[in-house]
This record gives sequence, C-alpha cells and structure tokens, in this order.
Amino acid sequence: MSESVNNGVNVDHLIAARQAVTETPAAAHFTWRASCRWVNGTHSHSTVEGYFGLGDEQKHRKEFTFDADHPETFAAEDNGATPVEYVLVGLASCLTAGVAGVAQHRDIQLRSVRATLEGDMDIQGILGADPDVRNGFSGIKVTYEIDADASSDDIEALVAQSQKRSAVYDIITNPTNVTVDVK
Amino acid sequence: MSRCLRERSIDHVVLERGEVANSWREERWDSLRLLTPNWQCRLPGFPYSGREPDAFMTMPEVVRFIDDYAGFIDAPLCAGTTVTSVRRSDGGYRVSTEDGDWRCRCVVLASGAFNLPALPPMHDATPPGVETVTPLTYRHPGSLPEGGVLVVGASATGLQIAEEVQRSGRRVTLAVGEHVRMPRVYRGRDILWWMDRSGILDERYDSVDDIVRARHVPSPQLVGTPERRTLDLNALSALGVRLVGRLTGIHDGRAQFSGSLRNVCRLADLKMRRLLGTIDEWATGEGLDRDFETGERLPDTVVPEDPSLGFELAGEVRAIVWATGYRPDYSWLHVPVFDRKGRLRHDGGIVDSPGMVCMGLTFMRRRKSSFIHGAEDDARDLADRLAEYLGSGAWSGRVPAAPDGPRAGEGG
Repeated sequence: MSESVNNGVNVDHLIAARQAVTETPAAAHFTWRASCRWVNGTHSHSTVEGYFGLGDEQKHRKEFTFDADHPETFAAEDNGATPVEYVLVGLASCLTAGVAGVAQHRDIQLRSVRATLEGDMDIQGILGADPDVRNGFSGIKVTYEIDADASSDDIEALVAQSQKRSAVYDIITNPTNVTVDVK
Repeated sequence: MSRCLRERSIDHVVLERGEVANSWREERWDSLRLLTPNWQCRLPGFPYSGREPDAFMTMPEVVRFIDDYAGFIDAPLCAGTTVTSVRRSDGGYRVSTEDGDWRCRCVVLASGAFNLPALPPMHDATPPGVETVTPLTYRHPGSLPEGGVLVVGASATGLQIAEEVQRSGRRVTLAVGEHVRMPRVYRGRDILWWMDRSGILDERYDSVDDIVRARHVPSPQLVGTPERRTLDLNALSALGVRLVGRLTGIHDGRAQFSGSLRNVCRLADLKMRRLLGTIDEWATGEGLDRDFETGERLPDTVVPEDPSLGFELAGEVRAIVWATGYRPDYSWLHVPVFDRKGRLRHDGGIVDSPGMVCMGLTFMRRRKSSFIHGAEDDARDLADRLAEYLGSGAWSGRVPAAPDGPRAGEGG
C-alpha cells in the first residue's frame, strides 16, 4: 500500500476486522439503536449512543441528537430536517464514507468529494389522496463530483464499488422486514 | 486425472454413475454449446483435431469428445456405478457403490461443481400456478407453459435461456444481479483467446488478492454460436426482454426486485473496460498491436428509466427459471472436510484429508480450473501430490491461509 495516499481511512484495521469476523462470525452481529421522543406537532427529538457489536455493548464517544420536523409548507414549525431528508443524509454519508474507504484501499488520493442528492416524491401518497401512489420516494438521484488522482473510469469504479458495499444503499434498494410493537 | 495417474503407474479405477460424460448427456438444455472455442478443448495428449477451431461444440459433440478421450487413454472405467458413500477406513477410504465396496488410499473427487441447482430460500415461496424450472431440468422453450416467464439470474445460463424463451414468443422478465460482461470477439479474436494467451486463465489461486471472492465471481455472459455473436443485456433488451433488479424476495405471491439494477450494470461495464484495458496493455507489451485491429468498446448497458420493483407473480408469469447457479452434491461424502457453510475445504485442490484431492471446481487451482482444458495442469500437479503421498505417507493438505493483501474491507 502506498504511504503517500492518505484519505484518513484505516484500511488495515478494516481488513483485520474482516479477518476477525471471518474467523468468529458471531462477532459480526451488530445491533444499531436509536430512540425518539415526541416534542410537539411533527417535531421529535432523537438520540443515538449505545450499540451492540463485537460481542459486547459499545458506546459512541458521546450521545448524538437529531431534531426532525416538517417545514412551514406543511404548516409545521421547521425545527429540524424532515425524516426523508435524514434518509438522504444517511445514504449520502454512507456512500461517501465508502468512496473514501475504497479509494484508500485502491491507492487513490482524494482531493474533494461532493455529493448532491434528490429524492422525488408525490405527496399524494402520504396525504392519502391517491391509493396508487406510494408514500416513499419514487426515485433517488445521487450526483458525485470527485477530484482525485485517478482516471474517470477509476473514479466511477470507486462510486460503483461504494454502492455495492453500502449498508444504506442496500436498505433503500432492497426490502427489509420491519416490526413495530407497542408496549 | 486418470491419464496422469497412469503416467505415474498409479493403480486406479474411474467410477461413473451413468455413461462417460453423463452430466453433459443428461443435464444440459438442447441448444447449449460450450462457452469455450474448440481449439481450447484439449485434454492431456489430446488436442482438438477438427476443422473448426473457432466454433463451439454442441452437447453431443462434447459427449463424443470426452468419450473419444476415454477410449484414447483406455481409462479403467466402471460405468453405471453410483457411489453411495465415501468414508475413512484404516489408513484410507471405503468407497461404497451399488455394486459393492472399494478400498483405496486415495480419492479424487471429480464429480464437479454443477450437480444441483443453487436455489435461494425464497424459491419455496413461489405461488401455486407458477411453474418452477431449473437449468438442470430445462430443455427448450416449448417445455415451458405459454405466457410470461421470469428468468432469475443474468450469467451465461440466464441470458441464454432468456433469449431463446423470449424468441419463442413468451414475454421474459430477467432479474439481474451482479454479473460479468464480455464481448465474444475482441480485436478479431475470441475473448478467451486473449485471456488464454495473456495468462489471465493461468492465474493461480494463491496469487490473487482474495480467492474467496474470485471463486464467487459469476460466470461471464457468453454464448457459443456459429456466428460468434455477443450476448449481453443490450441484445436482450433489443429483443424485448424486460430487465429488472435482483430478485430479493417473494412475499404473498409478489416478487420484489432490488433498486440496484443501474449499479450492477455500471459495475459490469466498468469491469469489462478494465479487462479489455488489461488485454490492450498486454498486447502492446508483447508488440502485437500491429497484428490486430484496434479494440472497440461495446456501448454501455442501457438500463430502463424506471425498472419494475415488483409485481404479482401469478398475474405476470407462468414459470420461473432459476438460473441462480449450481452447487456440488457431496451428500455421499462422509468425511469431515467441509467448512461451516458446507463448502469443501481444500487448498488448491488438496483436500483437508490425507490422500484426497478434488478436480474441476471454480478457480480451484487456476482461473481455468473449471474449464475443460484447465484439467491438464491441475491433474498433473495433483497426481504428483498423490504419487508423493503414496510414497511417503506425508500429506500437507491444509485449510487455505489468508491470501496476501486481500482487497477486503471495502465496507461503508
């Protein structure tokens, strides 16, 4: 691995982790958690801190908090991003982290990476105005602008490989069983 | 392997459940031809000698080729002998067949990697009224019901079946996951000629970054036809085949397709360009550029604007063809040589049990290991190992070590 390429990703650690979970598959089981408290109207306050992984309870360096709300267009107070914008943020940050990791692994020095995302939605779905329209995005468009020491094919390959290995990309493109209980 | 054992004066017998080349006789669809050109069909001491080196054998021709070879080497063959179990037994193995037992010190597992269809668990959720077909039982489009057909899988098998079923007038939907795209002919030569000459097919299992990944690369989208044409997703789209993403589940009779179609096509286009770039570099390095036309790149895969994410199966299709791959059948092998996922533990064909080797598995020892011509180098290496073992009793089969510098950890 070239010493000069540094995207701030510890690839050796990731490779060691892959080796470890191959040998001990149970360590690969993670549980991610979030909790959410209703504030008022469409405003809610969510936190993440603890998670389970490598066979044990783990903690972020500190608790992270997220306010979600809806904008004034929806007659709300706009105390935070809308939940669907958080989905775009999740996708963007997952793919971008992946681009950095894959680039590091392929000895490609990144200078700048910018992604812009658009999720199209027909709100007749969430308003219940038309039963044929789904609630969620009808499509998501991600556009990357990347400046790096690599050919345009190699840069495209970074972005394609990042999608292939992305958790959020998988969560969005493939169905997941969801269980919602009330205690 | 029989030929190589005989060259080393090792007494052996070849057990075959049916006739020679049984799976080529019984378990292939009618229109199938080999994906490798005739010149590449060679076995130890037995090159292709026909008049059409660039053509592709039909299944009856393959059967004849292998049958001829069995005669040529005068193989000690017991046909019509089904092995029911292989167990360890004092210093060697007891091989039970329907006609009695054999005792031996060494066993060569040459039953292949394509014995059973690898069906995903969602196969069980196929709704009533929708027929399910595997490539091992599929023969021709006329054996399918009239109506729509969902073909699951976009490697050579899936593409070839999708094409002929669509041409038969049945409307085909093709579920496309990760795949490997290649032109049939590049710079005037078969793509496999380039891969053969440039050494790509000779790459060894212990020299690649990540052998587990390399062994799971899907088979390339190729077809062997007299006109040497390229079969790819664009060709199928032009015929009217509907492309959708990977089949991710069947719930309440509804098929769900991944939204990742665009990316799997992009990955395949980029990987194809990288392969052709590697070939160009090799040709330039060998000073061959003047001898061959310049390389043309196929157009990128055209992905439908808004691919379907799912539909009611019963409403759209009468049959599903599961071109989701194959797996070996080791139900008769009662020796502890499997990993936690049921895969045979071997190091380049040397199984983790004294005196046992395997043959013909994907990228087993070299990239060409599962090709007909790939048998030769592997058989020589492994026959040497068996000869050594029979002489010394020492066996160095081990679980494959971690390869150097794996291209791993590309997580996100």
